[in-house]
Amino acid sequence: MSRARWGTVAIVLLVLGSGFPLYWAIVSSFTPEARLYGTPSLIPRVLVLDHYRALFTQREFWVPIRNSLIVAGSTTGFCVLVGGLCAYALARLRFRGKAPLLGLILAVSVFPQISVVSPLYLLLRRLHLINTYPGLILPYLTFAMPLTVWLLVGFFRQLPAELEEAAMVDGASRLRTIREIVWPLAIPGLAATAILTFVYSWNEFLFALSFTLGPERQTVPVAIALFRGQYQVPWGQILAAAVVATAPVALLVLAFQRRIVQGLTAGAVKG
Amino acid sequence: MASVRLDGVEKVYPNGHVAARGLDIDVADGEFMVLVGPSGCGKSTALRMIAGLETPTAGRVLIGDRDVTALPPQERDIAMVFQSYALYPHMTVRENLAFGLRMRGAARPAIAERVEAVARPLGLDAVLDRKPGQLSGGQRQRVALGRAMVRDPKVFLFDEPLSNLDAKLRVETRAELARLHRRLRATIVYVTHDQEEALTLGSRVTVMRDGVVEQVGPPMEVYRRPASVFVAGFVGSPAMNFLQGDLVAVFGGDAQRGPVTLGIRPHDLVLTPADNADLIARVDVVEPRGSELLVHLRLGADGQGQEIRVVAPPEPMPPVDSVVGLHADRQRLHWFDTTTGKRIE
Ligand SMILES: Nc1ncnc2c1ncn2[C@@H]1O[C@H](COP(=O)(O)OP(=O)(O)OP(=O)(O)O)[C@@H](O)[C@H]1O
Ligand SMILES: [Mg+2]
Repeated sequence: MSRARWGTVAIVLLVLGSGFPLYWAIVSSFTPEARLYGTPSLIPRVLVLDHYRALFTQREFWVPIRNSLIVAGSTTGFCVLVGGLCAYALARLRFRGKAPLLGLILAVSVFPQISVVSPLYLLLRRLHLINTYPGLILPYLTFAMPLTVWLLVGFFRQLPAELEEAAMVDGASRLRTIREIVWPLAIPGLAATAILTFVYSWNEFLFALSFTLGPERQTVPVAIALFRGQYQVPWGQILAAAVVATAPVALLVLAFQRRIVQGLTAGAVKG
Repeated sequence: MASVRLDGVEKVYPNGHVAARGLDIDVADGEFMVLVGPSGCGKSTALRMIAGLETPTAGRVLIGDRDVTALPPQERDIAMVFQSYALYPHMTVRENLAFGLRMRGAARPAIAERVEAVARPLGLDAVLDRKPGQLSGGQRQRVALGRAMVRDPKVFLFDEPLSNLDAKLRVETRAELARLHRRLRATIVYVTHDQEEALTLGSRVTVMRDGVVEQVGPPMEVYRRPASVFVAGFVGSPAMNFLQGDLVAVFGGDAQRGPVTLGIRPHDLVLTPADNADLIARVDVVEPRGSELLVHLRLGADGQGQEIRVVAPPEPMPPVDSVVGLHADRQRLHWFDTTTGKRIE
């Protein structure tokens, strides 16, 4: 077979391999509970909305969705704004101790999460932040921010410095230069970073489980995990919830697809 | 417009590289000063220190009578054309041209008027609404020029603005720049590594080497009376021939002061019949260059000596491997002290 053929085969396998579980989850989420345990069939015969209805009537699933949106959204917003400025400073300004600082940031981002759960819990309890939005956003920032900064430093470094110099010679202040020149050029990189941060915060489980107490502050992954009762596991609802939880992320990625690819490759070549 | 002065400027980069050591450069009001030198000699560094994009490690930078050493680029009122042009890729040509005026708070109608006025003579009025990515190299270069010209800065700084253009466009733009200078009576500091560009454009030329000024003067003076072996070898094309040590005796003259280097430009040597000549040489390679020939010779009848280049009229073409004589115009010889490299009068 020619090389192109092999390529096609590889793509088909990849799509099947990664697409099938998704397909199966979507199909199952529309299959009546009784049939879920019957003989599996690739093509569904009966499709019902039961699980979704149960999700939003019995379970009030919109609460964890709201919680997740607030927590992941705020984390992402902070990360991109503050982390963006930090990364710009690290990439462009000259100051002492820059290399150690970057190393430290990287070190923080690879810290095993489980090791800080208990100290963080004590800290948050002391601050009366257990079971609050800030009680999740702040810990998320400690992990997401270094990642954001690290990615964006690489991205800013490969933007040509002469553009900013030209702007400053043209009379633009440093902040004006950031707003008029750096920001528009950095949008692909910022979008890619924002999505990575959002996905990370949206899917995060350990902190969300440890630092919330009741359904009023639980995020989507925690809520789904707590679906299983003592005697039964409601697979249909769990899968429906998984589909609902994946949808915003998938939509986000599709919406920014071209920019992300640009951003990821731009950052990948250099920096 | 204003004068520019570098006063004992030093620049040591954080990695320890010394890019300028005690630079003294004086650019008079309205002068077209060219900084020229080989790659890495610190021309861009000098220019960037005038712009405020680099801070000198020691010394002062003055624009007009004002010490601007500590001022950021925004407050120096200069315009700069970068080698890469540095056009804002997300803005149209119109927005690129307007940027400097907008940053300085000019009124909208005034900006529009000024942009049109600058774009027309540069032939940019048809492409005002395109982005830089959709322009040819020459057009981009003119946008870069235009962006500097819309304002009325104290000084124009150019960093090798022609080096990305093809030969024809380069010659055209060179003339355009000369005209621009005459029309605006602007103070211009222009960096290039191309000695021909330096000679044709400059009111004065500063030849740099390894972060030091080797010679400053009007182009023809630098060409006729190079202050050192380095300048002599750098300025003029094809490059000057140098003869060392015992060869000096062939021409006689007052060469009694120890080791000397004799410089002769290829244009100042004449091919003659072999008998009764100053020097004998064998023809190695002949390169026709249209209006003239560039003849590469090797000294000595056996053709084993040093290589010498001569520019000769196209007729008659000397046959390869023939033995010819060389005659030098005594008035056009350059003598240098071999140990110091300095010119001897
Ligand atoms: N940011 C920097 N850090 C360290 N060294 C630098 C830096 N910028 C330039 N240099 C060094 O300083 C010297 C002078 O650089 P500069 O850019 O001024 O040279 P140039 O004369 O403009 O050369 P070219 O004709 O190649 O542009 C070079 O040897 C260069 O390697
Ligand atoms: Mg340079």
